[in-house]
Amino acid sequence: MTSLTALCTLGVISILILILGYISYQGITSLSWQFLVETPKPVGEGGGIGNAIVGSLILLGLASLVGIPLGIAIGTYLAELGSGWFGTIVRFVADSLIGVPSIVFGVFVYALIVLQQGYFSTLAGSVALALIMIPIVTRTTEEIVKLVPKSMREGALALGAPEWRVTWDIVLPAAKTGIATGAMLAIARVLGETAPLLFTAFGSRFYNIYLDEPMASMPVQIYNYAISPFEEWHAKAWAATLVLITLILLINISVRYSTRKGY
Amino acid sequence: MSKISVSNLDFYYGKAQALHAISLEIPQNEVVAFIGPSGCGKSTFLRTLNRMNDTIPGTRVEGEVLIDGNDINEQKTDVVALRRKVGMVFQKSNPFPKSIFDNVSYGIQINQIHKGKADLQGRVEKALRNAALWDEVKDRLNTSAFGLSGGQQQRLCIARALAVEPEIVLMDEPASALDPAATQKIEELVVELKRDYTIIIVTHNMQQAARVSDRTAFFMLGKLVEYNRTDKMFTNPDEKLTEDYITGRFG
Repeated sequence: MTSLTALCTLGVISILILILGYISYQGITSLSWQFLVETPKPVGEGGGIGNAIVGSLILLGLASLVGIPLGIAIGTYLAELGSGWFGTIVRFVADSLIGVPSIVFGVFVYALIVLQQGYFSTLAGSVALALIMIPIVTRTTEEIVKLVPKSMREGALALGAPEWRVTWDIVLPAAKTGIATGAMLAIARVLGETAPLLFTAFGSRFYNIYLDEPMASMPVQIYNYAISPFEEWHAKAWAATLVLITLILLINISVRYSTRKGY
Repeated sequence: MSKISVSNLDFYYGKAQALHAISLEIPQNEVVAFIGPSGCGKSTFLRTLNRMNDTIPGTRVEGEVLIDGNDINEQKTDVVALRRKVGMVFQKSNPFPKSIFDNVSYGIQINQIHKGKADLQGRVEKALRNAALWDEVKDRLNTSAFGLSGGQQQRLCIARALAVEPEIVLMDEPASALDPAATQKIEELVVELKRDYTIIIVTHNMQQAARVSDRTAFFMLGKLVEYNRTDKMFTNPDEKLTEDYITGRFG
């Protein structure tokens, strides 16, 4: 039995290593400082994904700013007070939203914001990503918060702490590593999303920091490079993929590091 | 007047009645032990004294629990203030995921008992001394509470409970998960604490009840069978059932 599970583990890990290795192999040749800072240029003139990196980080930052706190709040609510009918409905909605294809969020935000305003925008892209993040963070937070032992809550209640302080001071800190994992999952998920951004942030060939203008992003840029007929652009798509994966890895490590078990 | 006066207390988990017409008086600065077989209601009764059962949905209390003459189940009772006055130590040590210092200071801070930082440190030290833990942890107050041994963790929880200056301390089998040496320390501590606090201790260990308590209450099937001075209870109990239990004929 042990050898069987070990074999399965080995199989899965080797596939993962194979994918990462192949991406690195294909992508590393086109990587350069220019590639990381320049904006896309016509074929044969070089160009890079600088604006897409910045765009992705801005989109992700805005989405996280809204999606993660909201998700944590809803998840905590479900775990602590969500035993009634309202909690059941919220939980059902969150579960359903996790299963919804991401392009649906894109179309929804397109109808809700882009059509109303009349232009593609960073704001719309961030909203679409935040909507994807919320249910993921919500459900992981709920599961983790529920795992905090009852005895720990009772210990705080017995000292005269009101319920909300028990949640804030004891339960959430005890659950923070797990909550961070949930947030990480959500970040990794949306950082690689292309579909919801096609209808919302759209993409751009320039550096941009404005919320009311179209915004470049790495997945969309990779998509554009990859569907082109040019060999050179294909190489760029590989390189951009490598950068994207590295970025996710870096964010993952830093979140892990900053929320590692203090106590 | 008794510190705690209970009369005709019934308690229900949903429809199941867990306590039947309990009445007893607990004098100040005494140690009272609750003994009885598992599921007899002694822990449930203990938890009615600081309304800890409020946290369990569907529970209901009838009857009267007076602490210093005030009915704690009245609508106007401030549960937070009650729990500050009636501290609790649990069966399994349950330190917070914080440092040793922060564990003890938590209750002081949420209740805003202290005046300034120096006072806070003084209070933490005093609580740890009262729990006979100070000498073992004074050099590592800022390290994790989970680094302590089981016995030390339990004494930390006692220190935490003492830090908010309760008048009554409820202990729910505080030594049941500890080895004999750690148990002895807790027992010595209980006798020591009697000077300043009224202590109620639930225990499965008859010898422990005999060693530490002034009075003993014997519960069975949710009823209070006998409540007497401990020396009388263990030498010449009034009830046949008590004698059978204490001599180990059942339970």
